[in-house]
Amino acid sequence: MTVDSQGAPTAAPQDASGRAPGTSKTLLPPSGSKPVPRPARGRRSLPGGALPYLLIAPAILSMAVLLLYPLVRNVILSFQQVNRKEFITRRPEWIGVDNYTQLLGDADFWTVVVRSVAFTAANVVLIMGIGTLIGLLLNRLGKAMRLVLSLALMMAWAMPIVASVTVFRWLFDEQFGVVNWLMRTLGFAGYDQHNWFESGFSTLVIVTVLVVWGSVPFVALNMYAGLTTVGSELYEAARMDGANGWRTFWSVVFPNLKPFFMITTFLEIIWVFKAFAQVYAMNLGGPDRGSETLPVYAYIEGQGQAHYGLAAAISVLTIVMLIAAMSFYFRLILKQEEEQ
Amino acid sequence: MSTHSQTPQVLRRRKPLRPGGIAKNLTATVLAVLFVFPVYWMFSSSLKPQSEIMTKDPVFLFTPTTGNYTTATGVDLFWTYVRNSLTVTAGAVLLALVVALAASFALARMRFRGRKGLVLVVMMAQMAPWEVMVIAMYMIARDNDMLNSIPLLTLIYFVMVLPFTIWTLRGFIAAVPVELEEAAQIDGCTRGQAFRKVIFPLLAPGLMSTSLFGFITAWNEFAMILMLNKEKESQTLTLWLTQFQTAFGSDWGATMAASTLFALPVLVVFLFLQRRAVGGMTAGAVKG
Repeated sequence: MTVDSQGAPTAAPQDASGRAPGTSKTLLPPSGSKPVPRPARGRRSLPGGALPYLLIAPAILSMAVLLLYPLVRNVILSFQQVNRKEFITRRPEWIGVDNYTQLLGDADFWTVVVRSVAFTAANVVLIMGIGTLIGLLLNRLGKAMRLVLSLALMMAWAMPIVASVTVFRWLFDEQFGVVNWLMRTLGFAGYDQHNWFESGFSTLVIVTVLVVWGSVPFVALNMYAGLTTVGSELYEAARMDGANGWRTFWSVVFPNLKPFFMITTFLEIIWVFKAFAQVYAMNLGGPDRGSETLPVYAYIEGQGQAHYGLAAAISVLTIVMLIAAMSFYFRLILKQEEEQ
Repeated sequence: MSTHSQTPQVLRRRKPLRPGGIAKNLTATVLAVLFVFPVYWMFSSSLKPQSEIMTKDPVFLFTPTTGNYTTATGVDLFWTYVRNSLTVTAGAVLLALVVALAASFALARMRFRGRKGLVLVVMMAQMAPWEVMVIAMYMIARDNDMLNSIPLLTLIYFVMVLPFTIWTLRGFIAAVPVELEEAAQIDGCTRGQAFRKVIFPLLAPGLMSTSLFGFITAWNEFAMILMLNKEKESQTLTLWLTQFQTAFGSDWGATMAASTLFALPVLVVFLFLQRRAVGGMTAGAVKG
């Protein structure tokens, strides 16, 4: 399953808070907290003065120390040379943009970039396509069958990534794996001791199967939940106008669920692009470093090769690419919040 | 639809099975099997004796044995891993709840300069790419002599789950009508009492689901601990499971027992949570 797909409601701005214009709120006496004299400002504020800042301080402080600082440190590190020697002596050397020029001129780096993008694209297309189809199917099933399929999806969704990676290694095991047996039973030749992890590409294919298996439930179940909110009279109307299934989907379902499609697509892009555990735990980026995607590449350059500065530069570039996807995502979410 | 097709001969209310219906149910069955199979296979392999695992043709019927579980839990330091996993997850979730409760109350109920900006910060922090920050985190931990530290790991997991917890609780608090709080204050409660006696009880479901999601996140975390905690004594069940496979070679029975033990708490929590998991997403993402 996808790392974060369990954090489903991440995308769920539960409710628009504090937006209710505070006519009634402002009547509140500032009890509880010490009435702090406030300068008369154009915008009225609820009681508090310092109180809201005190309440929010621990959260901000911890995020500053353990999230913002590491990000800044990451950028600083990317301008330094920290190899084995500098790592031990703790004297990093400033080398400006050398790490970046080295990376951008390195064919290996570009191979990994292309691989990561292709991997992400393949996964997201499959996840969204299959997820949507299953969502539509769920909507048309009878009650009992729907429950069965939902439960099966739920099991796949809930599986912890590390556990599912282990299980997939077993399913695709060279000697006793059940997939090789299935292929033989179905009459395919050459699956006696087929090694599914013989190349970087084939490893990534298995990772893709794993990621799609784990992520489709999120899309399918939410798709179904969304479909139930599309009024049945809309379908009726479409049918009366003589629309077929395909047409109904594109002119009734899709426009209604467009925000859902867009937000989920970008979420999946972000999740798959930064997926680490699935790719790394499957085959440690191998064989022959052939299944490394950007996060794994950064980890191995840093941890395995002791090129910490270079690894930091890789992760900065990865974050930059992620930010591009995230900016679309945030724009969608903000638009949604405003519309609500 | 069925009312139109009802003829005097067909008195049942259900419409007769059409080929379309059969295809639909058949597809659904195949899909259900596909999705559940890996989980089923993990569980059934964990109960198989060694001799029925190492077979070219898989055995579907067998006498279950718990031998694999004995092997899996008999690993050196197993209980240390369990303790570490529990410490790290419980610590992270509890810290996040306390800190998030304060912050989300301020964000949902108070007006202050910078509130909008903070909401944005929380939203962005939810998407923090922790997986690609491991190198920097490693350098920081090394410089402060905090490698292999359970407290540091707890704090990192706490910040991982914090933004999501704030975001969700903020929604829950905002959903409690202000009038309820006001009524309590008119009846003589202080603002603090109003929060404790009125809002807090109504937050129970929110606290429940955020802590369970926090638990899942911290329990499953892999990249950070892989980088930071190399010493055996400071590792968690996540690493135990990934290293199990290499340590035990092809003892797939024991490996699957380990996977089952690792996955079981999450599966249970998740099935318990499923309503919220789906509903929560749609509450925001799809307009009704």
